[in-house]
Amino acid sequence: MYLFLYLPLVVVVAYSFNQSRLGAEWTGFTLHWYQVLFADAEMMRAAWNSLVIGLVASVSATVFGTLAGLALHKFRLRLLPVLIVTPLAIPDILWGVSLLVFFVLLNLTLGMLSVILAHVAFCISYVAVVIRARLSGMDESLVEAARDLGATAWGSFRFVTLPLMAPGIIAGALLAFTMSIDDFVITFFTAGVGTTTLPLKIYTMIKVTVTPEINAVSTLLMVLTMLLVLAIARLSPQIPSGKP
Amino acid sequence: MALLEIRHVTKRFGGLAAVSDASLEIQPGEFFTLLGPSGCGKTTLLRMIAGFDVPDAGQILLDGVDLAATPPERRPFHTVFQSYALFPHMTVADNIAFPLRMAKVDERKLAARVAAALGEVRLQDMGTRYPNALSGGQKQRVALARALIDRPRLLLLDEPLAALDLKLREQMQSELISLQKDVGITFVYVTHDQGEALALSHRIAVMNEGRVSQIGTPDEVYEFPANRFVADFIGTCNLLDARVMALDGERVTLNVAGLGTVRAWSSRPCQQGDRGVLALRPEKIQLDRAPSSGGEASHFLGTIRGQMYLGDVTVYKVEIGNAVLVEALLPNSTARGARLFAPGDQIYLSWGYDAGRFIHDG
Ligand SMILES: Nc1ncnc2c1ncn2[C@@H]1O[C@H](COP(=O)(O)OP(=O)(O)OP(=O)(O)O)[C@@H](O)[C@H]1O
Ligand SMILES: [Mg+2]
Repeated sequence: MYLFLYLPLVVVVAYSFNQSRLGAEWTGFTLHWYQVLFADAEMMRAAWNSLVIGLVASVSATVFGTLAGLALHKFRLRLLPVLIVTPLAIPDILWGVSLLVFFVLLNLTLGMLSVILAHVAFCISYVAVVIRARLSGMDESLVEAARDLGATAWGSFRFVTLPLMAPGIIAGALLAFTMSIDDFVITFFTAGVGTTTLPLKIYTMIKVTVTPEINAVSTLLMVLTMLLVLAIARLSPQIPSGKP
Repeated sequence: MALLEIRHVTKRFGGLAAVSDASLEIQPGEFFTLLGPSGCGKTTLLRMIAGFDVPDAGQILLDGVDLAATPPERRPFHTVFQSYALFPHMTVADNIAFPLRMAKVDERKLAARVAAALGEVRLQDMGTRYPNALSGGQKQRVALARALIDRPRLLLLDEPLAALDLKLREQMQSELISLQKDVGITFVYVTHDQGEALALSHRIAVMNEGRVSQIGTPDEVYEFPANRFVADFIGTCNLLDARVMALDGERVTLNVAGLGTVRAWSSRPCQQGDRGVLALRPEKIQLDRAPSSGGEASHFLGTIRGQMYLGDVTVYKVEIGNAVLVEALLPNSTARGARLFAPGDQIYLSWGYDAGRFIHDG
């Protein structure tokens, strides 16, 4: 079953090193398609866009998501968790359409800014959930102990809560970056005509012809995603959570 | 003047009064214990002293000054939490240095003081370790060192030994006693373990359902329990329904259900006809094969109904008449001690007139 899942990925990786242009048969190993890829100015611009959007969106989403996670933890309100978790369950297509309508209503020109705003919007919840999980694993008495030992409210946050939360913040940021760089549907709706990201670029290329260049860029994207996911997984259980 | 004074403090959670109308005074240098069963409000009272919880009514005063407006970080108290609450992302040395850093003590003077504090709790070589690499007893000592390093006026300890095994607990008990003597800091200690309270404390406040039931030295609360709850909670006690027939100062003559006339002491003034219980500690009862010849002693004939061997002592259940069952405790002073009596044996019980306590109802 898993083999079936990974087989297409393996094929894409393998064919990105294939000499044959048509891709049906194996004619020999080459890095040619990677050279083509890096020489492709449009592709490079799309990659650059993806990177900028990913960085800006993940950093902003991390800031807001962390605050939301702290709020979730501190004020155990009935409605707030629902408000924050619901976006995770909303289909991308709904996000895409509604954000598009919203931006149009606001008279916002579609482009980098609208894509970034859209990505921040859907990434916040992921970060908030990661942060809350991290905080709920933390021993409450640590913060009280800090206050008790002379730290002000800010001091106990700065020296105890924040350092203990840090792995969660990093994991949340990486997750947001992964979500952003891989997103197609929401970007498709909110990017307008001028802005292209890597997934959008790949999609438009496929509509014309399948070239091994696509295999190459897909391979790179896949490797990046896997590295990020690995990093997130490593960050999560490793650090002492504060439970004695 | 008292170091800390608690005046009519009440704290409610929803409809439940976790602490109600508690008043007590703690003197400088004292080892003061809050003792009571689970849920009686000990932790809640301690948290109000520390400043984590705010009383709904009443006052907490330090040197006669109300602490209501003082946040926890500005109270000269530190707490040793039951979970130790060591910061997992800091080394042992950084944990211990935390209060000094918060007080902005010069970093250059810090190292020496941390080293001294580590020495005080015999953890010299552990400074660079992280808390998760320590045993329970070591964590305990780090928590103590951290709480004592800047010499607070008051150290609050919430069941600090509850998580340790018996041997280590006994060892830490004697360490706590000598530590408190050495540093001369006032301790407020919370426990539900009456043995621990008796062993450690200068004075004990026995709490029940949010109220302070009795305050006294260990021997006062053990020997002169103020009410049925204290008599029952501290140690074991035979409690027999009784009524005052005659009195002469503190000495009372009781009519005890199933026993008849018994003489006892009353620590509180009472009147003829008052109802209550006769409280009789098991170790104050003598068991003999022949009737003893004590002048004023009470003696009864009984039958052994059961025995429990506890190593150092043996507890006998003895039936008197056909109604009253009492526990008596005999030290196993010889190897044969445990087998002195067997179930079914007829024996004589006796106790001195000052062994029994009359405790008023209400
Ligand atoms: N934050 C809270 N919210 C609601 N009820 C509480 C809270 N804290 C304590 N209580 C209740 O107040 C009562 C006293 O609790 P407290 O923790 O002071 O007891 P305790 O004497 O320390 O018991 P233990 O020996 O089990 O620690 C209990 O019935 C408890 O359920
Ligand atoms: Mg408690």
